[in-house]
Amino acid sequence: MVKRIDRDVSRFRQIVRGRVKKDLKKYITRGEMIGKKGKDFVSIPISQIHIPRFRLGGKKMGGVGQGDGEVGTPIAQGDQPGTGSAGEAPGRHILEVDISLDELAAMLSEELELPNIEPRGKKNITSRKDKYTGISDTGPESLRHFKRTFKQALRRQVITQNYDLKNPVIVPIREDRRYRTWKTTTKPESNAVIIYMMDVSGSMGDEQKEIVRTESFWIDTWLHYQYDNLETRYIIHDAVAREVDQNTFFHTRESGGTIISSAYKLASSMIDAHFDPSEWNIYLFHFSDGDNWGEIDTDECIAILRDKLLPRANLFCYGQVESPYGSGQFIRELEDYLKEEEKLILSEIRDKDGIYASIKSFLGKGK
Amino acid sequence: MNLPIELERERKSIIAYAKSYGLDFYDTVFEIVEFDQLNEIASYGGFPTRYPHWRYGMEYDELAKGYEYGLQKIYELVINNDPCYAYLMKSNKLVDQKLVMAHVYAHCDFFKNNLWFSKTNRKMMDQMANHAIRVRRYIEKYGSEVVEDFIEVCLSIENLIDPHLPFIKRTPDEPDLAGSEVEKTVPAKFKSKPYMDAFINPKEIREEQKRVADQKVKEDKQRFPQQPERDVLAFLIAHAPLEKWQRDILSIIRVEAYYFAPQGQTKIMNEGWATFWHSKIMTEKALTDAEVIDYADHHSGTVATSVGRLNPYKLGVELFRDIEARWNKGKFGKEYEECSDWQTRRNWDKKLGLGLKKVFEVRQMYNDLMFIDAFLTPEFCAEQKLFAFEYRERNNYYEISDREYKVVKEKLLFSLTNMGQPFIFVQDANYSNRGELYLLHKHEGIDLDQSDAHDTLANIYNVWNRPVHIETVVDETEIIFSFDGKEFRETTPVE
Repeated sequence: MVKRIDRDVSRFRQIVRGRVKKDLKKYITRGEMIGKKGKDFVSIPISQIHIPRFRLGGKKMGGVGQGDGEVGTPIAQGDQPGTGSAGEAPGRHILEVDISLDELAAMLSEELELPNIEPRGKKNITSRKDKYTGISDTGPESLRHFKRTFKQALRRQVITQNYDLKNPVIVPIREDRRYRTWKTTTKPESNAVIIYMMDVSGSMGDEQKEIVRTESFWIDTWLHYQYDNLETRYIIHDAVAREVDQNTFFHTRESGGTIISSAYKLASSMIDAHFDPSEWNIYLFHFSDGDNWGEIDTDECIAILRDKLLPRANLFCYGQVESPYGSGQFIRELEDYLKEEEKLILSEIRDKDGIYASIKSFLGKGK
Repeated sequence: MNLPIELERERKSIIAYAKSYGLDFYDTVFEIVEFDQLNEIASYGGFPTRYPHWRYGMEYDELAKGYEYGLQKIYELVINNDPCYAYLMKSNKLVDQKLVMAHVYAHCDFFKNNLWFSKTNRKMMDQMANHAIRVRRYIEKYGSEVVEDFIEVCLSIENLIDPHLPFIKRTPDEPDLAGSEVEKTVPAKFKSKPYMDAFINPKEIREEQKRVADQKVKEDKQRFPQQPERDVLAFLIAHAPLEKWQRDILSIIRVEAYYFAPQGQTKIMNEGWATFWHSKIMTEKALTDAEVIDYADHHSGTVATSVGRLNPYKLGVELFRDIEARWNKGKFGKEYEECSDWQTRRNWDKKLGLGLKKVFEVRQMYNDLMFIDAFLTPEFCAEQKLFAFEYRERNNYYEISDREYKVVKEKLLFSLTNMGQPFIFVQDANYSNRGELYLLHKHEGIDLDQSDAHDTLANIYNVWNRPVHIETVVDETEIIFSFDGKEFRETTPVE
């Protein structure tokens, strides 16, 4: 049934996406705001458009409340100082809702119309998990349940009237012993690994890294939502590649030339060593400003991609961040030589606003 | 109305209970709706048909998300109309439906009998639908962008009405043409002998006085409006250079604002009254043993208090109960007021049994402001643990500032005055003789929100089409905000 309100809702959404578009996308283009808080919960502001009125303002107003507390007891925090000053752009009333990362990912998928990922042919892989679920009267001594054993002994002594209230001694005998038992559950599992590669040559500035960081956050969130078991590896490269931890990945600033093939080689050997493609869904993301050192290396990159990486990966995404220094040639080379490859997705990210489109093109194929 | 048999049975018995207590209401039509329909109707302010606008979509978006995340749920929705319309959510339990029905009948009684609702249109359902048709027609003719933008402008000033206007005549119907010629106010001459006259009443000074007086007469004649006008909307409808459809939309917004005003004026009483009666009807008559726990749970949720926000349901119901108890025991009048012995006062009981009579009288005559003013006693204030709070800059917190009866009451009354809205008047529609609009904010101690004031001023400019000004006070200094279509200016008024 079409509801009357639908027209108004869609009109509202249009306006939010149009007029306040930048505000709405703020939580996509600004990584900091979405940072994981507490136990995997984040706050999502629900946009509202505020209609201005002549109204009494200022915090001077105070008010009347009800409840316990001495004079001087703080009851609520004021807003952050400095907001709402004169001449500010149309104010927005923000309603914050705490939601889990999974819900966030679901919203992301709705927003970007992302399809769910079909893991490739790994449905037969199962993992086994033991869980202590019950109690039995036989078992190894190491699993003896102390409390239940004594409880059982107490029960027996009460029934047989061997329990003396004045001298409450409980002595378990063999039959009283109780043991923990476990159940093994199997569940289908799909493993996935993301290997992020980033060019950290001199031409990648802080802004470029910020883009990479934000985009990685969203990709992470999405893939976590899709896979139970997700591993993340990071590779940075300039003229040589090395594996690093997350912190280093986002904060290093190297300098020097760029040899992209070094990163691809490292990724390939990582897959060889740890991630058997028959067991793992492999996602490769590479961010660079597209300024590779020499055509010979670009040729090598293409060869590695074609022969080693693409056949084994679910997806290879190359995001080219625009930088004032880079020539940006690399993406065009990839396009020319590998446009037949379905698993290769290329995306140019001009600025922070481009992240939105880029995520959509990376994850929009459902692989 | 097609209620399931069991609900219909309950409805009939609740009507009987309510009538036996003396509640007097319009027929009430109950509709059973799904949660999303309820959210939709609630977004439209209770009316199934209203003009399309994104702000209802925004309301809906918030309600729907709130419902989805389990943050909020609407229980009861009833509109002031004859017959009243009320909505029951399909998924609610029977006990909840009974509670809601009892609550709703009390609301309907309030709508029908409270003085402040006496001037509202009881066929508002139809009128709202008519408004919707008119607006739709304009949208078809002029395009949705244009109409929507103008509605936004109107909504931005919809609070600039005079809530007492339905009750009093502020200006005579016919201008008093005969008396409008203002008497000349040239001061009388000093007494003097003829030969001294030229010295005691020098010619130049007399002429100057005459000139000033004439000027004043002229200005008075030209002043427009003659009296500061509080119904800014009506003034704009009558005098702003608007197209016909714009004038119509502005008057639609105004009519709806006046319709909703009494609900703002009686929020505490209305909800208190309904809660008072649902609790009476349910606990004395309608509840079955099995429903007690669920009822208690739901009722306590309704009257739950949270620090820093007054719950109108709670405050209202407690005040009504207090009034009932006081009038039952005769705790009023000179003798009681003058009794200073705490013990005697406390145990005062003349067994008058006037409680119910009094609460009915109160629901008829009062609005929130008068209600609090008349019945908030020091004992009540202490019992209910009311406190005043204020903002402290040093730690960026709102803090409890006082529990003194006088302070609390004053603060509460202040927040209810004019429904917490600023008093804005049209002072001069021909400001500096250039047809500019000059508004006056009657400052009562609290400044206007400046960023909003700017934007609103810009919206009024869109209606008036000439520069607009508003005189107000910021940080204890008088100031005029102006907008001339291009830029904002702040000036200090010259006397």
